Amino acid sequence: MGLMIHAKDLVYEYIRRDKEENVVDIATAINKVNVDVEAGQFIVILGHNGSGKSTFAKHINGILTPSEGSLWVDGKKTNDMEKLWEIRQSAGMVFQNPDNQFVANLVEEDVGFGPENLGVEPAEIWDRVEESLSAVEMLPFRKKSPNRLSGGQKQRVAIAGIMAMRPKCIILDEPTAMLDPQGRKEVMYTIQKLNKVEGMTVVLITHYMDEVVYADKVFVMDHGSVVMEGTPREIFAQVDELKKYHLDVPQVTELAYELRKEGIPMPEAVLTIEEFMNAFENLKTKF
Amino acid sequence: MIRDITIGQYYPKESEIHQLDSRVKLIGTLVYMVSIFCFHRFLGFLFVSLFLGWTIKKSGIPFSYIVKGLKPILFLLVFTIVVNIFFSDGHVLWRWGILKLTIEGIHKGIFMGIRLSLLVLGASIMTYTTTPNRLTDGLEQLLKPLSKLHVPVHEISMMMSIALRFIPILLEETDKIMKAQMARGADFETGGMLKRAKSMVPLLVPLFVSAFRRANDLAMAMEARCYRGGEGRTKMKPLKYQRKDYIAFGVLAGYIIILIIGLRYIPSFWTLINI
Repeated sequence: MGLMIHAKDLVYEYIRRDKEENVVDIATAINKVNVDVEAGQFIVILGHNGSGKSTFAKHINGILTPSEGSLWVDGKKTNDMEKLWEIRQSAGMVFQNPDNQFVANLVEEDVGFGPENLGVEPAEIWDRVEESLSAVEMLPFRKKSPNRLSGGQKQRVAIAGIMAMRPKCIILDEPTAMLDPQGRKEVMYTIQKLNKVEGMTVVLITHYMDEVVYADKVFVMDHGSVVMEGTPREIFAQVDELKKYHLDVPQVTELAYELRKEGIPMPEAVLTIEEFMNAFENLKTKF
Repeated sequence: MIRDITIGQYYPKESEIHQLDSRVKLIGTLVYMVSIFCFHRFLGFLFVSLFLGWTIKKSGIPFSYIVKGLKPILFLLVFTIVVNIFFSDGHVLWRWGILKLTIEGIHKGIFMGIRLSLLVLGASIMTYTTTPNRLTDGLEQLLKPLSKLHVPVHEISMMMSIALRFIPILLEETDKIMKAQMARGADFETGGMLKRAKSMVPLLVPLFVSAFRRANDLAMAMEARCYRGGEGRTKMKPLKYQRKDYIAFGVLAGYIIILIIGLRYIPSFWTLINI
């Protein structure tokens, strides 16, 4: 499988200038980041506020271009202005606030906005809208106003809006941060479905540890650098290290970790409640 | 509920008028408005009123609901009539200071009153039967030739439809901020004009800040979805004239012909008795 995203020594600096254009302050948001994402993978980028994870996400979509180093998306370099629209089409992006990404007053018209921009023929736009709305299971709401949907539903429509552009990769920048637990569940279910059923490459930016469990690979960012990298199991095995970066591990993982520390033979990195229960049953038979 | 507010007060219904192409309705309203100014006789009003009444009946909107549309201009209406009645020159019937009641004045006052009412009623039928989005779409199509003169027609209509989309959101936000300020002791209700206007400042500042933030977010989201202005863009629901639209154009042409030519050849009752 080919590389979908390839970041090499990526650096991004926010430069503040005064009225005379003199540089006042340079803040390095991303510092020498190397990230490779293969097509079809489910990637999670973790980090607390200000770790540079959102800035990195904006690079993948070409909203920001690197100060140093380079980034290839689907074989195209993002600072190549001529390829910008191709890159935005192949790497769609969903943002945090569901209200602020709707353009139209009707769900179906909003989903059609992307294809309209790409100059797709009307008949095909209708097909795509129907297809994407059914992929996120929002087809019955197509004639509704986005204002009348719940947070989770809005975010699913936003995902459909990206899907309708037929991207190869979808980047979600903290899509569940403003949602209630029910909405979060809906969105996570939708994202997983896209990855498993449609084979979409997913890059999920989050600080919720529970959402990491489903990933193929996790990158942990802190102060603009990638500090940890591996499968969820590898990452969660290092509870102390994670805490150093102000990240929490899922409750079961932490419980298993504490038990292990007390000398009870639990396996390393327990991710789900089922796993914990299985390990616990095994323990009972041993003693 | 605050989120139910729609601008232009669209009245949802599936009538023939509702289903017409928004361009037909825009052109029709324009023609209608101009036509009201094309004659100086009461007979014309009779004909226009009949036409308007017929359109209202076709649109299926209750008559009382349409008349309610006159409420906001009630003051203007009364003012126009009064000024015309008391300040016109002509045969003086009664005089008090600078006020004089004249036959011509009464004639003109009533005439202007009817003209203004018909104007507003006609325009309100358009907004009652067309959703704001359709209206902006129609406007964009009609003004398209102007883009040759570098008028940003697409951008303007995009701005209009986005503004319409954000009205309920910003209203809701205003409500939220107001409650938050009231919970901390702000008073929006009492005091004179000046004090009330001043008390709006802590409401407007956060509202503006959030509106700018939203605008920024939306712009980014639109760019991420490959929005790059009107060029090379297609429409999901392109406007296309149907059979009924051509029929409507025909009706409109008939209306204007009868009004302008017909009126010219019918001798006026009023000119006969010389008013």
